[in-house]
Amino acid sequence: MSGETFDVLIIGGGIVGAACALEAVRSGLKVCVCEKGVIGAGATAAGMGHLVVMDDSEAQFALTSRSLQLWRDLADSLPVSAEYQVSGTLWVGADDEEMAEVGRKRSFYESRNVRVEVLDPRQLSEAEPHLRSGLAGGLLVPDDAVVYSPVVAKFLIDRANDAGAVLREGVTVSAIHPHGALFVDGTTVSAGVVVNATGSWSPGLTPGIPVQRRKGHLAITDRYPGFVNHQLIELGYLKNAHAVTSDSVAFNVQPRQTGQVLIGSSRQFGVDDPAIEAPMLKWMLERAVEYMPDLTGLKIIRTWTGFRAATPDSLPLIGPVEVEDGRLWLATGHEGLGITTSLGTAELLVDQILGRQSQIPTAPYFPDRSLREDIHHG
Amino acid sequence: MAERLMGDSVESDICIIGAGPAGLSAAVAALERASSVTVVDENVHPGGQIWRHDQIKGENPELRVLMNRLPRERVNLISSATVIAAPAKGRLIAETPHGATPISYQRLILATGARERFLPFPGWTLQNVTGVGGLQALVKGGLKIADQRIVIAGSGPLLLAVAAYLKQVGARVVLIAEQAPRRRLIRFGLSLFSNPARLGQALTLKRQLSGIPYLTDCYPVAADGEDKVRRVILQQGAKIWQVECDYFACSFHLLPNLELASLLNCGIEAGRVVVDNSQRTSEPDIYSAGEATGVGGLELSILEGRIAGYMASGNLPGAARLFRRRDRARRFARLLDQTFASTAVLRELPSDQTIVCRCEDVALGSLREHRSWKAAKLQSRCGMGPCQGRICGPAVEMLLGWQPDSVRPPALAARLDTLLLTAELAEGQNTQEWSKE
Repeated sequence: MSGETFDVLIIGGGIVGAACALEAVRSGLKVCVCEKGVIGAGATAAGMGHLVVMDDSEAQFALTSRSLQLWRDLADSLPVSAEYQVSGTLWVGADDEEMAEVGRKRSFYESRNVRVEVLDPRQLSEAEPHLRSGLAGGLLVPDDAVVYSPVVAKFLIDRANDAGAVLREGVTVSAIHPHGALFVDGTTVSAGVVVNATGSWSPGLTPGIPVQRRKGHLAITDRYPGFVNHQLIELGYLKNAHAVTSDSVAFNVQPRQTGQVLIGSSRQFGVDDPAIEAPMLKWMLERAVEYMPDLTGLKIIRTWTGFRAATPDSLPLIGPVEVEDGRLWLATGHEGLGITTSLGTAELLVDQILGRQSQIPTAPYFPDRSLREDIHHG
Repeated sequence: MAERLMGDSVESDICIIGAGPAGLSAAVAALERASSVTVVDENVHPGGQIWRHDQIKGENPELRVLMNRLPRERVNLISSATVIAAPAKGRLIAETPHGATPISYQRLILATGARERFLPFPGWTLQNVTGVGGLQALVKGGLKIADQRIVIAGSGPLLLAVAAYLKQVGARVVLIAEQAPRRRLIRFGLSLFSNPARLGQALTLKRQLSGIPYLTDCYPVAADGEDKVRRVILQQGAKIWQVECDYFACSFHLLPNLELASLLNCGIEAGRVVVDNSQRTSEPDIYSAGEATGVGGLELSILEGRIAGYMASGNLPGAARLFRRRDRARRFARLLDQTFASTAVLRELPSDQTIVCRCEDVALGSLREHRSWKAAKLQSRCGMGPCQGRICGPAVEMLLGWQPDSVRPPALAARLDTLLLTAELAEGQNTQEWSKE
């Protein structure tokens, strides 16, 4: 069969593709979205579902804070099973150096009207009794949230579907070009705009884009309600996460609405095998135990891995790229922030497609920005 | 048997997982040549499910005979231990109440037994609705059952054995409902005439059960009650009626426990560990015996256990002597599977509101809307709870035709510190040794 023609064809049914599909169809476009496997089963399912305002750069702040606003707007319509919960992020400082970072973050957020609260050691231990003693303090960002992402991805897809978007599930795209896509079963779909939203697979369909796979490990416990109250992240995370060239782990745990504790995180480049790697898992769990010694007695019911789609400057690629015979569109490269920024990405992408004015500047995420290798952070 | 010093790592030439009839028989056979064996078991007391320690009646006499042939100084029994990972070739990690124990072995015998198969029907999650073996285990563990009215339903010889036991300890077994059709059971009954010992057992059982109705082609439509089960609604042909009870024990035959075999990459087909004539699995130096290789009852478990024990200790003639008896017993086992296979009508029992996954409270209706097990798990969390689909997986397979996934470490929920030790022992190994995706 030679297929229908759409205004927009979105490849990838993760949370980013799902959000883009809904935003496009709501803006009056005729949309088709394709997913080779199961909706929301890639990085969307592998990640933590942490909705967080970030301050690594102005552009990152703009996209994450706009997205958080969109999440708050969406929250009331989400199903209960999406487990949207405003549990806040608590950045944990281990020493004076990290407390200096707390001070810097505080002024950054406060000057941009994000509520924050600095905790001293006593307040920190009251907020999270299972943290080890002797920590220096923390910064609470109370409006950050947590969500169960696969359910949100499915919810967005279903809403898009209800609004008229066509969903092709279980079909693999073998090639894309500016005017459509070819599927492995020989079928084609034509569209005015073709969007590659396939995350860590995106360079496979659009060779040459600066997206690399960055592997992560996670573990989840049985139910221990109240064991952790906020998303907890060590401030050393910032140093670690920016160690672009080497493997790293960070203390990063999350309370789930079920009472389970999600334990992360690890980052690796240059690994394509999804197998759980004992040294990484051990390193990550040891880091978690260093901050929360009582974790040792909890039952782990599952461990798994996933792949983030990382870019050199840690900002996603949103917008068109020029190729031989026209333009392809990208919505990829979200690394660890794809759940948070999915909603903002969808808005920016559709604004560009329709030539609408955006709420935030779009240029920092243009795929053809010069991607410098030097990553700076204060 | 020797007391084990907790926290020690255990080195063994022959290691046996499971201290039921197959595992203990393997130990006895192996000790004819081997100087010592290690036996790892989940329960506090050895015996497995069938010879489970009984607070009322004490130790099972058959178990005592076997245990008397296992000298303390030559058997290292590690009780209350669950094997959760195989971090490297020849290494296992067992979790005990005292911490994680690394075990190394040259040859391994998997005698991991079977568990009950549950199929959901409305009311199956009510209090006092239990498994059939499950209720017996509760009674053996001290549950007072005298004068309680009990309905037993489901499928398999276990229904009869447990009914006889419960009657003996003073319970009032109201009736036994076997879902299998009468014609299958007649064929099965006739087959007993080819084996006088089994026929004798069957006749003894029949005597013990005199006065208790045994209905075939009969299955539970629902269990009903407010705080706990008060009555069971049964169906036989067009007839539907209800029976008052205090406990309702229900399970549909047995399923081999495959988690460990799967973790060790042993070949599995048709829901059982694949073994050759010598009880060897597809993996070198790993044997399997008993219900894990297919549900076949006590006699087959003992024979397979002995063969595996002889083979693992290099005693080929000892093993070969038993092949013919084992093969005969195995034919009986296959007949068991055919006789007590679940009829298609059982698929119609649960409504859309019936809970399928008890860990995550997932109802059947919320599974039906998904295209695959993977999608259903992601969206509903079915099978994502502490049991990781051990209970609901087989039910989902029957109800919706979805195949369960591969096993990843930890094979069963494990303490974080156990996992740390596992990872430490796996370091330097190829990642594939740790996780076979």
